[in-house]
Amino acid sequence: METDRPLPAQPLDRGPGEVRVAGVTSEDTAYWEGLEHTDEFRQLIRARMRFVLPATAFFLVYYFLLPLANGLAPGFMRTDVIGHINIAYLFALSQFVVAWLLAWFYIRKANNVFDRLAAAVRERAGRGRRAAP
Amino acid sequence: MNLTLTLFLIVVGITLVITGWAARRTRTTVQFWAAGRGIKGWQNGLAIAGDYMSAASFLGIAGLIAFNGYDGFMYSVGWLVAYLTVLFLIAEPMRNTGKFTLADVLSYRMSPIPVRSAAAFSTVAVSASYMMAQMIGAGSLIKILIPTLDASLKPWFNWTVFGTKLDPSITVVGVLMMIYVIAGGMVATTWVQIVKAVLLMGGAVLLSFLVLLHFGFNFGSFFDAISGVKDKATGLNFTQPGILYKYGQKQAFGVDLALLDNISLGMALILGTAGLPHILMRFFTVPDAKAARQSVVWAMGLIGSFYIMTTFLGFGAATLVGKAKICATVAPNCKTNSNLAAPRLAEFLGTQYFGGTGGEFLLAFIAAVAFATILAVVAGLTLAASGAFSHDFYVNVIRTHILHGHVSDQEQVLVARITAGLVGLLSIWLAARVGATANAAALVAGVAFVIASAANLPAILFTLFWKRFNTWGAVASLVGGTAVTIWLVAIGPGWTVPVNEHPAFPLQNVGIVSIPIGFVLAIIGTYLGELAGAGRLAEQKFHEIDVRAQTGLGAEPVPVAG
Repeated sequence: METDRPLPAQPLDRGPGEVRVAGVTSEDTAYWEGLEHTDEFRQLIRARMRFVLPATAFFLVYYFLLPLANGLAPGFMRTDVIGHINIAYLFALSQFVVAWLLAWFYIRKANNVFDRLAAAVRERAGRGRRAAP
Repeated sequence: MNLTLTLFLIVVGITLVITGWAARRTRTTVQFWAAGRGIKGWQNGLAIAGDYMSAASFLGIAGLIAFNGYDGFMYSVGWLVAYLTVLFLIAEPMRNTGKFTLADVLSYRMSPIPVRSAAAFSTVAVSASYMMAQMIGAGSLIKILIPTLDASLKPWFNWTVFGTKLDPSITVVGVLMMIYVIAGGMVATTWVQIVKAVLLMGGAVLLSFLVLLHFGFNFGSFFDAISGVKDKATGLNFTQPGILYKYGQKQAFGVDLALLDNISLGMALILGTAGLPHILMRFFTVPDAKAARQSVVWAMGLIGSFYIMTTFLGFGAATLVGKAKICATVAPNCKTNSNLAAPRLAEFLGTQYFGGTGGEFLLAFIAAVAFATILAVVAGLTLAASGAFSHDFYVNVIRTHILHGHVSDQEQVLVARITAGLVGLLSIWLAARVGATANAAALVAGVAFVIASAANLPAILFTLFWKRFNTWGAVASLVGGTAVTIWLVAIGPGWTVPVNEHPAFPLQNVGIVSIPIGFVLAIIGTYLGELAGAGRLAEQKFHEIDVRAQTGLGAEPVPVAG
C-alpha cells in the first residue's frame, strides 16, 4: 500500500478551457499521473464506477424493454390491469418512477460519499504541492 | 384588440424587462456565456427544464397523443430517462473541466485547431436544425392563433432576400430572440427560461386539473373514455400501443420496421440529450459540480411531472375534443393540425367551466405560454450556436492559434454579440426557406438529437473516459457522425413530399445505424491517429482531465462580483 509520499510539484496553475500552447512538459504529466495513482483518487473512481456502471446498464436495459415489449408482445402489453389501464401504460409510467428513484439514489450517494472522496483528493493535491521544493 | 395578441404582448413585455435588467449585468465573457457562474442549482434546473420543454414537446407531444394515443407517450418516456445519462456521466465532469462550450472540454486533450473547428461545425449543425424546427413551428402557430399579427405585418414583408420571401411571424420570433441574446446574454436567456418554465408548468397543471375534474378525478372512467376512442386504420383503441408504430407490417434488415423505428427513436432521445450543446452549456452557469448535479435533479422532477401531464392533455384532447374537431373553431379553413390539440382542449375546458369568455381566455393563455416557450428555446439555441462560432472558432482558432494574438474580453463579448445577430438573421432566412417545403419541420428536430448522439456524445465520453482517445478520433466522430446522420436522413423516407415509398434507407429515425457509426468512427480515427503519432499528447493530458473531471480540482472559479 502506498504511503503518503509527496506529489511532484504542480508546475503551472492553469484553469481549464484556457488557451494553451501545444505540448506538455514532463513535470505536468508527472504531477497529474501522480495524483491519479494516489489511494484517494483510486477510491473515488472505484466508488463512482461501482454505482454508475451498474446503474447505467440497468436503466438502458429497463428503458429498451419498453419498445421491445410493445413491438414483440403487443397482445400482452395491451392486457388491461385495472379497468382500461393496461400493462403498456403502467410500464411506461414505471419508467418515470425508476428514473426518479435512480436519480435520488445517485444524489444521496454523491452527497454522502463521492463529495467526501473528491475532497480528500483535492486535499491530497494541496499537501503534495506544499511538500514540493 | 384580440385577447391572444394582448397576452402575447404581455409575455413579450415581461421578457424584455428581464432582458433590460440582465443587459446591465452583461459586460464580461463569463457574464455573457455563463451568467457569471452565479446561477443557483434549482434556478438552473428550471432553466434546463425550460430549454428542454420546447413547443415541440408541449404542443407536439400533446398532439401526438391526441391523434395516435399511447404511442405518442413514447417520446415523453425517452426524454426523461435521457437525463440519467446526463446526471451519471456528463453534468459534473462538464462543469469541472469546461469553461463556456463543449469544445473547451475536448480541446483540453486535443489539438485545438482541428477539434474546435469540428466541434463548432457539429454544434452549429445541431443547433441550426433544432432552431429551424422551432421557428417553423412558431411561424405556423402565430398564423393560426393570432392571425391579426401576421396579417398586419404582411404589407411590410413584400420583398425577398436571396430568393426567399421572409415570413412575418418567423421574423417576429427571430428578432425577439436576437434582442434577448445580444443584449442580455446568458443572464437574460436563463431568466427567460425560468419564467417560461413556470408559465408552462402552470398551464399544464391547470389543464390537467380541469381534465381530471371533468372525469371527477376517477382514473377508471377517464381510461374508459380513452379506450372508447378507436383508431380507424388499425382498429386499436387509444390506450393500446401500435397505432403510430404499426408493428408486424413491413420488415427492414429482417426485423420488424416499426420496432426498429421505435428503438431507433429511443436511442436518439436518451443518448442525444447528453450531447445537445444548449443543454451542456447550462452546466457552466452554476458555481460547482454539486450545483450542476442538483440542477439535473430539479430538471428531472419538473420534466418528468410535465411529461406525465402530457398524457392527460393528449388523452383529454382525444376524448373531450376529438381529432375531427381539433381545429374546427380555432381558425377558419385550417388543416387538421395536431399542434392545436392543447390550445383547442384549453378552449373546450374554459368554455365548460367558465363560459365563452373563459374559453377564449384559456385559449389565449395557452397560446401565450406556447409563444413564451418558443422564444425561450430559440434564445438558448442562438446562444449555443454563437458560442461555437465566436468563442471556439473566432477567438480560439483564428485569433489565438492562427494569428497568435491576444483577444481582450471586450472584443470577445463584442464578437459574441455580432455572431448572435448573424446566427439570428441566418435562422430567420433558413426557417422561411425550409418552412416553405413542408414536412421537413418535425424531421429536422429529430435530426438534432441524432447528430448530438452520433457526433457529440462519443467525442465527450471518450475524451473524459478513454485514455487512448486522440484528436483524429474526436474529429472523426464530430464531422463523420454529423455527415453520416444528415446523409442517412436525406436518403431515407419522409424527407420528400410526398413520402418516398421505396427510399434507399428504410428508417425515418436513423439513430440505430448512425449512433454506432459515430462511436466506431471515433475508435477507428483514434487508431489511425496513433499510427500517425497524434496520440502522445492526448494520452499524456488524459491524466490531467481525468483528475480534474472527477474531483473538480482547479475548476473554473466563480468570479468575484464587481
